Amino acid sequence: MQFQGQLVSLRTLVRKEVSRVLRIWVQTIVPPVITMSLYFVIFGNLIGRRIGQMEGFDYMQYIAPGLIMMSVITNSYGNVVSSFFGAKFQRHLEEMLVAPMPTWAIILGHVAGGVLRGLMVGAVVTLIALFFTEVHIVNIFITISVVVLTSVVFALGGLINAIFAQKFDDISIIPAFVLAPLTYLGGVFYSISLLPPVAQKISLMNPILYMVNAFRYGMLGVSDIDIVRAYVIIIVFAVGLFGICMVLINKGVGIRE
Amino acid sequence: MYALSIRNLVKVYANGVMALRGIDLDVAEGDFFALLGPNGAGKTTVIGIITALVTKSVGEVEVFGHSIDGDLDAAKACLGVVPQELNLNAFDRVENIIVNQAGFYGIAKKRAQFRAQECLEQMHLWDRRNEVARNLSGGMKRRLMIARALVHSPRLLILDEPTAGVDIEIRRSMWKFLKEINQAGTTIILTTHYLEEAENLCRHVAIIDDGRLIQHHPMAEFLRTLRQQTYLVTTMDPIAEIPRLEGFVVGQINEHELEIEVRRESDLNDMFVALSAVGIRVISMRNKTNRLEELFFDLTERKNAVSDEGIA
Repeated sequence: MQFQGQLVSLRTLVRKEVSRVLRIWVQTIVPPVITMSLYFVIFGNLIGRRIGQMEGFDYMQYIAPGLIMMSVITNSYGNVVSSFFGAKFQRHLEEMLVAPMPTWAIILGHVAGGVLRGLMVGAVVTLIALFFTEVHIVNIFITISVVVLTSVVFALGGLINAIFAQKFDDISIIPAFVLAPLTYLGGVFYSISLLPPVAQKISLMNPILYMVNAFRYGMLGVSDIDIVRAYVIIIVFAVGLFGICMVLINKGVGIRE
Repeated sequence: MYALSIRNLVKVYANGVMALRGIDLDVAEGDFFALLGPNGAGKTTVIGIITALVTKSVGEVEVFGHSIDGDLDAAKACLGVVPQELNLNAFDRVENIIVNQAGFYGIAKKRAQFRAQECLEQMHLWDRRNEVARNLSGGMKRRLMIARALVHSPRLLILDEPTAGVDIEIRRSMWKFLKEINQAGTTIILTTHYLEEAENLCRHVAIIDDGRLIQHHPMAEFLRTLRQQTYLVTTMDPIAEIPRLEGFVVGQINEHELEIEVRRESDLNDMFVALSAVGIRVISMRNKTNRLEELFFDLTERKNAVSDEGIA
């Protein structure tokens, strides 16, 4: 297939994924909005008032970037893992596999759906945050580039999960046992400067820490880690996971007998 | 050039099951080809390998001269496939499913919408275009899969049990449609359990059993190898006892119906002469079973008998 045709196949998949996200908005957009509202009310408003300031900001202001990022991460991952595994389970993934559609288009099309959902939910959570606190954006470029790159990383992660998944249990194990702990321990609710030195060093092995802090730097101008190192780590993850997806799909792992 | 050329195709699944044991097969361009075999014979594995849904262990496959190893995209572009099991997005609209499939083949949206309308009209589904796939009946879902397979105008259409679970009326209309597109130049490979379907539609037939190709002939030549046929004969007058017909095996179904086996060396005139000689007047006659079906069982059972002897 010519490159023009390959772009058409990518556009088709993007359109399909976007329409899926919008068609099931009650499942994709509403639940995270309710969850994040509860976080703002309980952690920010009720408990946060007793905590006082963190890194020079009200606790509510401090956790707002973390909560936005948490919703972006969870939804980017969740969208791709459920969409791709659903297509595998119902076997309509074969529509793409029998067509001369390039692997990169299959990956980017699914990632686009995950990024769209992640950013939509992130935008709605930002609007909710406005009801509870002031939302600052110190550096719009860092804020947007970090959130988009992070969304891409977790959309790719969701795709790898879905490629290997054989049953529905397999698409809930990673989010429950890996993603949630890493996110909660990734500096969403606290600065790692509050941790003992050993715990701080262990936290530095958590990639989500870099993403949350880079995003917080874009919004508030404060970060526990070096912003350049954060960018390098996010980009390395994005490129690495994309490469892994290419290899897995080309080899037919989990999708061909 | 062949529409499909397969050489020494072997497939061993990860669990050690050897589904194909070295298949060689050529399908000429423009042919209507039947691939038959009992359940588990390897038909679906062959189709899976051709359509890149199953990875082969050994062998070569070419579609219109394009190797699936070296030129897979070109091979895929020539192919349309209707799988045995439903593989539709149950929650998507009928028209979307077809337009998206065209898009996956690189057909721009405007052209894709035009082709979707054409294919859905051909399959009598255009008035259901806004329904989600899960609301369609079983027969409609099958027709939707055929429309989806045709949207990019493939040169080779592969149908794996396309009329399974479809009522007779729709089956007949699908046969008519498949004959039309074959006459228009599309090569068709069909697997089916309805052997009548293969006999009516196909010009060549191959039988796969236990991962091996055991027969591959033109349909007419194939049917000539039939050793005997069984006819059900309805008589004008009631029959008191089973008549003795020289050279024929006769059974009685009821007082107006006989079952007569005619061997290949005899002909129907001999049978009518024998019936007249004992005073039986025939008002109608039909094949007890489909001729191809008899041949199919004959071949596969003969092979099994040989295997059993080998084991003994």
